[in-house]
Amino acid sequence: MDFLSNYDLLGAFWTTVQLTFWSAIGALVWGIVLAGMRVSPVWLMRAFATAYVNIVRNTPLTLIVVASSLGLYQALGVSLTTDKTTAALAITNFRLAVLAFVLYTGTFVAEAVRSGINTVPVGQAEAARALGLGFFQTLTLIVLPQALRSVVAPLASVLIALTKNTTVASAIGVAEAAVLMKTMLENEGQAGTLVFAVFAIGFVILTLPVGLLLGWLSKKVAVKR
Amino acid sequence: MSAAGATPPMIRMAGVDKFFGPLHVLKGIDLEVPKGQVVVVLGPSGSGKSTLCRTINRLEPIDSGVIEVDGQPVPAEGKALARLRADVGMVFQSFNLFAHKTIIENVMLAPVKVRGVASAEARKHGMELLDRVGIANQAEKYPAQLSGGQQQRAAIARALNMRPKVMLFDEPTSALDPEVVNEVLDVMTSLARDGMTMLVVTHEMGFARRASDRVVFMADGEIVEDAATEEFFTSPKSERARDFLGKILSH
Ligand SMILES: Nc1ncnc2c1ncn2[C@@H]1O[C@H](COP(=O)(O)OP(=O)(O)O)[C@@H](O)[C@H]1O
Ligand SMILES: [Mg+2]
Repeated sequence: MDFLSNYDLLGAFWTTVQLTFWSAIGALVWGIVLAGMRVSPVWLMRAFATAYVNIVRNTPLTLIVVASSLGLYQALGVSLTTDKTTAALAITNFRLAVLAFVLYTGTFVAEAVRSGINTVPVGQAEAARALGLGFFQTLTLIVLPQALRSVVAPLASVLIALTKNTTVASAIGVAEAAVLMKTMLENEGQAGTLVFAVFAIGFVILTLPVGLLLGWLSKKVAVKR
Repeated sequence: MSAAGATPPMIRMAGVDKFFGPLHVLKGIDLEVPKGQVVVVLGPSGSGKSTLCRTINRLEPIDSGVIEVDGQPVPAEGKALARLRADVGMVFQSFNLFAHKTIIENVMLAPVKVRGVASAEARKHGMELLDRVGIANQAEKYPAQLSGGQQQRAAIARALNMRPKVMLFDEPTSALDPEVVNEVLDVMTSLARDGMTMLVVTHEMGFARRASDRVVFMADGEIVEDAATEEFFTSPKSERARDFLGKILSH
């Protein structure tokens, strides 16, 4: 067990947590925007959101992560930081990874939110429109608040999947947990099972409380009809 | 339109047609509701009463004809349509109170968000209205915690807090238990006495006789009879209206 203290386990998992946190916030916002577009009265918005969700959701995540690195950064030279020190590359890779996770996970959030919108009785939106609320007000004040309350549980699954998916960021050199695991497996071959167990437990520690918390929240915020 | 200078009717429908796919649900509807009048719409299920009601604030668009509210053609979409809807109160059979908001929040929402009324003012007027419909003590509860009759009275208060020019009711008591129907009808009767212009789809004959000035009888998407209330109930002219009254009054 001693060798564990030779590695920055906490640091690696901290990177995983940060990747998950920023990606989750971005994906939630982007997913809600996409879901809003899918029910919008504007044909072009509906068409864009539908095409986007169906294409991106069915593309392997690794492809999206690598594409954001190759395409955006290396080919187009889009740099996501103004930092000029040696940390610049690490910062850029981290942000590119977050961007890729947002673009990808947003589609799953959008699908969950859309199914939530379908659980809101049409009478709710009709009553809002009859009172003079516009489309955007009806969506943000009446429909989405009820839709989101009904999809806390499915969103928790999306969040847990996202936490595990962040390991794909290793493909573009973000030093999250999976990168450290690979290093440790190479160096500590004889303790391979133990290394696996440590990382598996690490991810369970991250995801289990989230699942429990959101499960509890989902009951608490449920709309009574 | 009527002669220059005369006040326009609150609602004017002329030659209104509406189709659902191949189904012709409103057939050449002509209807004027003068200001202050209470009109009850009667007719068998499926005759187009709800659709008629819903075309007036354009929850259902029409295929041809003209609808005007207070002399203004109902706009097709956008801000102008929202402005018109703000002036037309609507009460639904299924209440449609916002399930995630308390009763007072339901009542305050549209005045604040649509009319830009200060929150304190919207709350004050809202509480007066809840008091008037007899449920001020339920203000902080959620819709699901109230009985159907209380929910419908809250929905009426919500519509009234917009200070509408006219109120549309689409079978407001049809989803209620018999013992609470009257508490809603009483609120509507008092509203009618106060001079509100009202278009009411209902099967409540007692309310129709007591509170309405005029009855419009519909069948198969057409207005078959349009008469003063007393005249309609004592001497209906059409065969279909006589049939309908015979069936409904024999219960
Ligand atoms: N959204 C809709 N789509 C298709 N048909 C509809 C729709 N709403 C109503 N209808 C049909 O239109 C006719 C009139 O309905 P409605 O106005 O609800 O009648 P009423 O309120 O008098 O019972 C009925 O035949 C009904 O089935
Ligand atoms: Mg109806």
